Amino acid sequence: MANHKVSQDTGDLKLDRVSKHYGDFCAVDDLSLIVPDGSFFALLGPSGCGKTTTLRMIAGLEEPTAGTISIGDTDITTQKSYRRNVNTVFQNYALFPHLTIFENVAFGLRRRGIKDVKAEVESALNLVEMGHLAERKPNQLSGGQQQRIAVARAIVNRPEVLLLDEPLGALDLKLRRQMQIELKRIQTEVGITFIHVTHDQEEAMTMADTIAVMNQGKIEQMGSATDLYEAPKTAFVANFLGQCNLIKGKITSRAGDKATVTAKGLTFEVPLARVATSNDSVFLGVRPEKLRLDDTGVNSIKNCVVTDRSFVGTSTQYLVRAPWDLELVVFEQNDEGLHDLRVGDTVSLEWDPEHTFALDGAGDINAGADLDDEE
Amino acid sequence: MAFLHVVSTGKTAAKSGLKSRSLTPYLLLAPGLIWLITFFIIPIFSLGSTSTMVRPEGAQIGVYVQELRFANYVDAFLANQDQYIRSFIYAALATLLALLIAYPLAYAIAFKSGKYRNILLVLVIAPFFTSFLLRTIAWTQILADSGPVVTAIKVLPFVDDLFRINNTSTAVVIGLAYNFLPFMTLPLYASLERIDPRTLEAAGDLYANGLTTFRKVTLPLSMPGLVAGTLLTFIPAAGDYVNAAILGNPSTKMIGNVIESRFFAVVDYPTAAALSFTLMATILILVTIYIRRSGTDELV
Repeated sequence: MANHKVSQDTGDLKLDRVSKHYGDFCAVDDLSLIVPDGSFFALLGPSGCGKTTTLRMIAGLEEPTAGTISIGDTDITTQKSYRRNVNTVFQNYALFPHLTIFENVAFGLRRRGIKDVKAEVESALNLVEMGHLAERKPNQLSGGQQQRIAVARAIVNRPEVLLLDEPLGALDLKLRRQMQIELKRIQTEVGITFIHVTHDQEEAMTMADTIAVMNQGKIEQMGSATDLYEAPKTAFVANFLGQCNLIKGKITSRAGDKATVTAKGLTFEVPLARVATSNDSVFLGVRPEKLRLDDTGVNSIKNCVVTDRSFVGTSTQYLVRAPWDLELVVFEQNDEGLHDLRVGDTVSLEWDPEHTFALDGAGDINAGADLDDEE
Repeated sequence: MAFLHVVSTGKTAAKSGLKSRSLTPYLLLAPGLIWLITFFIIPIFSLGSTSTMVRPEGAQIGVYVQELRFANYVDAFLANQDQYIRSFIYAALATLLALLIAYPLAYAIAFKSGKYRNILLVLVIAPFFTSFLLRTIAWTQILADSGPVVTAIKVLPFVDDLFRINNTSTAVVIGLAYNFLPFMTLPLYASLERIDPRTLEAAGDLYANGLTTFRKVTLPLSMPGLVAGTLLTFIPAAGDYVNAAILGNPSTKMIGNVIESRFFAVVDYPTAAALSFTLMATILILVTIYIRRSGTDELV
């Protein structure tokens, strides 16, 4: 596989103010994006957010209504799909049912007039550990095996960019986990830019160096999994990635490096660097695992009542009702400090200011919640 | 308890149902079997036996006795080899013509028709609402010497003033192609429609342009439909006599016309039977070779 390791240094993929309209419907809205050469990039969003349309425009299967797409210095906006050095792993794999696995993988090489394909096809098949199935037909393979062949068929061409359209959507959970690790390994090995479209936030976080969270044709936020999770910039991102507690409040002072937020007569502190808005009306956010069932911290809510409790192995998840109309989710790690509370118990909650973030309070507080299981 | 209950009722059902269950498949087969035996197996044997009969010296017309004269086959073939060969040439040409018309049509219906798909499919089979004979006679009007087609072609500078289509071999082939067109279109449509459009996108993604995608993906994947369609056109076309009778002339007679006239006009049953058998055997051999060669025996 030594020859695959040499990345072709063809440059970054750039989308510059790209839009796609279908009649009155705007699928992708003025989207700009730079994907660094050789990175594993994820486009994450709920169904209908425009992520697949974006991918299809990069693949050349759709033409943008406006804007340009380029790789390095080459503008590929109107280039036909068969002329682009971009390959796709399709959602349902789209293997050629009439060809053997070997011929499926050799398809792209043969179309480019390469006569001696044996060595390259075999090394691609070995990369996905499917070398022994070369003479089978696609319908004799399991879903997971077909998935690997689809990856091999694309990667054998050593494209500048490899697009993956929900490639693991049809696999069961265990196989999906396994393939996530596999894909990450393959990407590291071949060094090609991977753009992975998914609605599964866990999948995106496991694999990608950079994640762009898309919503209604726009990018809400872009960054590493940690950035997006620990410091979301919008309510949509906070709710879509993992679970989040958001409390509606008002910034009463910005002093030094911290801001003070009041909500329902309580005051909370948040580092100014973690305030994502210049508005005073904010949603104060904290992740469930950052909440402690204690009352000694700077940010705390007293007199809460446990309304639900579920044991999930590594942690116990509580639903806790604040003294006003707000339910908070709390994950408590199952270690020696376990509280073992019952429904109806009165508790206090507290968390550290550095785990707090403040988002613009103008939008919908529930944006992005419960969207990820739609597909 | 529930389990035991199920087991015991299962047992009694099996016991009481034993007799009727073993009869069921035969009862279901009976109507079809009786039909086939009466109207296919017996006639085949009767036809086979007729084919080796001989008319005794001085006997009445239509009276034949069995003499196992297999030379009837040679005589019948040698006397009619022109019509015989012509049948297969016309059938092949008509099949080719029907394929050239039906493939783009089926392709358009399968991939490009959108919401008009069902209407177009109904239009493909709409001709069946009129009789075969009437439709063929209608073609004599379309292709008439003063009709629109001939008049339009005569406008071309290099076309002779005596140019005509009616009562020529061209008319016969056109008629055959037209009459069996739905048999070509529907199987083609069925196999094209089954192709996942994403497979075609994948071909484009893997550096195949439109033509290559068609050659390497669409066409191979539609082979089952293509083989079925060509068979459903070629087989009946080779034995057809209506088109040659209505649209042709005496020198465009096909083997079907000979068999028909041997049976009903000349009352030469042995020759007609021998020709029928030869036709059947030839078609069977050709079809077997064709299916083998096209490599679709596992797909059909």
